[in-house]
This record gives sequence, structure tokens and C-alpha cells, in this order.
Amino acid sequence: MSVLVFIDHSAGQIKKSSLEALCYGAALAASTGTTAEGILLGTVSQDLSELGCYGIGKIHQVASDTLNNLDARVFSTVLAEAVRSTGANIIVFSNNLSGKAIAPRLSARLKAGLVSGAIDLPQVANGFTVRKTVFSGKAFANVSIHTEIKIITLNQNAFPLTAGQGTAQVIPLDIKAAAPDVKTVSATQSSGQVPLTEAEIVVSGGRGLKGPENWGMVEELARVLGAATACSRPVADAHWRPHNEHVGQTGIAIAPNLYIAIGISGAIQHLAGVNRSKVIVVINQDPEAPFFKAADYGIVGDAFVVVPKIIEAVKQLKGVA
Amino acid sequence: MKILVCISKTPDTTAKIAFKDNNTKFVAEGVQWIINPYDEWYALVRAIELKEKDPATILHLVCVGLPDADPVIRKALALGGDEAIRVNADSQDSYYIAAQIAAVAREGNYDLIFTGKETIDYNGASIGGMVSELLDLPFISLATKFELAGSLATVTREIEGGEQTEQVGLPLVVSCQKGMAEQRIPNMKGIMGARSRPLKVVEPVTADTLTSVVSFELPPAKAGVKLVSADNPAELVRLLHEEAKVF
Repeated sequence: MSVLVFIDHSAGQIKKSSLEALCYGAALAASTGTTAEGILLGTVSQDLSELGCYGIGKIHQVASDTLNNLDARVFSTVLAEAVRSTGANIIVFSNNLSGKAIAPRLSARLKAGLVSGAIDLPQVANGFTVRKTVFSGKAFANVSIHTEIKIITLNQNAFPLTAGQGTAQVIPLDIKAAAPDVKTVSATQSSGQVPLTEAEIVVSGGRGLKGPENWGMVEELARVLGAATACSRPVADAHWRPHNEHVGQTGIAIAPNLYIAIGISGAIQHLAGVNRSKVIVVINQDPEAPFFKAADYGIVGDAFVVVPKIIEAVKQLKGVA
Repeated sequence: MKILVCISKTPDTTAKIAFKDNNTKFVAEGVQWIINPYDEWYALVRAIELKEKDPATILHLVCVGLPDADPVIRKALALGGDEAIRVNADSQDSYYIAAQIAAVAREGNYDLIFTGKETIDYNGASIGGMVSELLDLPFISLATKFELAGSLATVTREIEGGEQTEQVGLPLVVSCQKGMAEQRIPNMKGIMGARSRPLKVVEPVTADTLTSVVSFELPPAKAGVKLVSADNPAELVRLLHEEAKVF
């Protein structure tokens, strides 16, 4: 009986979303009187024993270079073996891109009930019930898992990342990985930018900005705040911005600590992708824009006047140029 | 070449979300039902494009649902597809649904199975992965582009902060998202043709239910917006820093 947390990484770096999953796993283990362990497939540059500071006693590692690239079938096979050999009965993933690829496969392979998109620790007093977002963030569901082995994927930015003291024991696991089905041909990464789903602050622009040439101030505000940039659906559809920046019901759903919407009216489909943000700021010329009803702070005014002044104020506050 | 597209019936994106019977059931009365947008705009339309390129392609749709799903299935057939299969069952458990789809897929021996990346009601994002595992096939999730040359697929998928292009041989399961295709509106010929295309109803296979929804909740209402004057945007920055403490 233990909690096993899948540790996701890319380019040698452990993803922040997986650190959140480790904290969640440690808290879950503490509340159920068991221990939390980690499992990492592949290799990273970081010393894995440091992950003990998140309350993790043991880190299992299958240190094969072929596992540095995600192949859903290979990963689910290796993880199923790891679950068996560690005796884990709860497996935690981040509900990030890798989690979405692997967790359902592992669920089917182990016939272990899966709740994806958890936002809280499970209620274990009477059964095992996990709260998750449904209806694209417009509601929550409490979902009960009936199987002995349980799998949870944790929404990003839903559980606080807290580091304490401690060193984890790193244990090599000898599990043979089959040859991957998938061959990577090329990868493009927008360097120097914060990935949208991992960002704590997101600055987003809509049709109110009138054209792609006006995105300079959105990018500048994002830069001074250390934020990622996003956009509404009409903006992505008009090719003003790449479609991987589109947040909303049919784009990416995000839950940053701060979401700043500039020139976005706030259609219900857009809100569905951002309503889990902790603080929402809306800047719009139209006082009737529906987004103000979902916002925590707002300015009714011309974005072209207001945003540069906000950038100045942030620069002053942070003492940056 | 045989393609299977998994479709699901979901409430319209603007539907009012409310619950009844002590918050255990979704209020379906007055709700307009649509094809789950990820299934329709991306999975189905891309499959139709592949069939247009190679007319010998056989395109089937599968939906796990009760007879009230039929109008949505007909709507999907109006966009394209040679035949639809409805598995006559209703479940909120993704493993149960995946087991039904896997049974249909085994029967039909498909080369390619497309799903949407998730449904907009339960947001499980699980069906594609589960079906691929049950069939022991490769799986590419969150695909934004899909090209086919013979039996070799070149698929671009989302990675954190970018995209990755991968090659993998058929048979294959792919979950589809924005970028795969553009939304289409069915034309009159499609709508008329959809009526004559077969909609087969099959009974479900025996499968376990691994999870169940105990109850629903609506999020607490927002306290209301605090408006800052457009003449003093610096005040907004002060509030975000000192009151909301977000930076």
C-alpha cells in the first residue's frame, strides 16, 4: 500500500506540474497513513534525491534513454510493471499532456478506476471520492472509484507546491522497455517563453485589439510579469496568433493564479477555458462586456491607453526596465 | 483503409449547467444537444478529408448512447461517413464506454481510430487512451495535424510550449484537437444522404464500471468585480500586488 507519483520531464528538467503532483501524493499518503513514492522513466539532469523535500521517501527510476521520449504504449507497460513491483495502490499523475496520454492507458491496463482533472485530495472517510472539474470548469463532480488500485490525474495549479526538508532514496528499477512505436521527427519549442499550461500568470488578447500588429503591448506586459501569452478563439481563427495560444472551451483550458483579459468580451465558451483562474482581470472598452461578471478586477477603458500605463506601473513596482 | 470516429452527444456550449435530485443529476430539460465539438470539428472532419482524398476509404462512426443520441448521430452522418453504429448503453464511466468502443473496433478491424481530445461535459480525456490500451495499439494524444502516406502516419501533437511531429505505423488511435481540421457546416445533399445511410444499433458487451459520479456542485458565485478607473491603471497594479497578492 503506497502512493506512487509519476514524475514527468522534458529536456532533462522535471516539470513543475509533476512537483505539484508529488506534493499532492505526499499529502494523500499522509492523510491515508501510508507513504508516497515517485517513479521517473528516463533520465534527468537533476539529483533525484532532492525531491525528498516534497515529502517523498523513495524515487524509483527506470533509467533508460529510450524513455526520454513519450510513447504511450511503452510507458503504460513499464508503469504497470512498476505498480506491481512497488505494490502501489494509488497512482498520481499531473493532468498535463503526458498524464492525458498515459493515465487512461494505465487505467485500462490495470483495470484501475481513473479520475482525471482532480482539484482536491480524495475524501476517504466513506469510500474513495475525488472532486474534479466537469462541464469545462462550469461545475464540479465528486467521483467515486470502486477498484482496489486507483488512478488520479491532478489539474495543474490546483494544489500548492510546498517544499520542506528531506532526501529521497533513489532506487533503480530494472524494467525492460519495449521498442517505441512512435518515432519523433521534429520538435519546435517557443524558447524563452513560459508554457501556457504551466504559467502562473497569463496575459490574453481578444478581437478588441484590432489586429496582430497590436500584440506588442500584450507581449510586453507578459514579459514584465513573467507571464505567458494567450488569445481568444476569433483571434486564433483569424491567424493573428498561433492556435496553440487559443484558450477557451475548444482550445486550451488553463487555471493560472492571474488571468488578464484585454479586449475579450467573455463569451461563455471563452470563460469555460479560464474560469478556474484564481484572479481574473478584465480590461474592456465596453462596460456591458459579459466578462466583467466573471472578473475580480476590471477597468472599463481603451486598452491602447490603459495597458501601457499598467506596464509602466509594473516596471516601477518590480524595478525593471 | 477503414476509419472509425468516436462521437459523443454533449450539451451545447452555451447550455445552462444545473443539477437536480439532490445534485446527483444534470438538468437535461431544455438543453440543446450537439456532437461533442472535439469529436466533430477535429476528429470527424479530418476523417472526412482523408476519405475525400482516398474515396476507397470506409468511414464509420461509433457512439455509445441511448436512442436519444440518434439525432446527433444523424447530424454527424450529414457531415460525412458511410455508416454509424450506436451501442445501446448509457454510462458516465469512461472504462465502460471504452470497452464498448473497443468491442466495435475489434469487430470492424479498423486501421485508424479517431476520438476528440475530451468531451466538454465530463472532460475525462480518457476514451482514446483506454481504447488504444484495450486494443494494444499505439496512441497519439492531443494531435493538431495528421497526414497519411500508405500505412505510415505523420502526426503533430502538442507538447508543453510547442509541438512535436512523430511518425507511427497503422493501425493507430489518435485523439484530436484544434488544428486538425476546420469546422464544417453540413449541406443539403449531406443532410438528405444521412437519412439513407445505415445507423446500426448494437447491444453493449459486458463490461465493468470502475467509477461513478456521486454528486455534482456548482462553483461558488464570484463576489463581484472591483472596478478601477481608467485614469489610474497604477491602482490596479497596486491592488493585484497588495490585495490579491498575485505578483
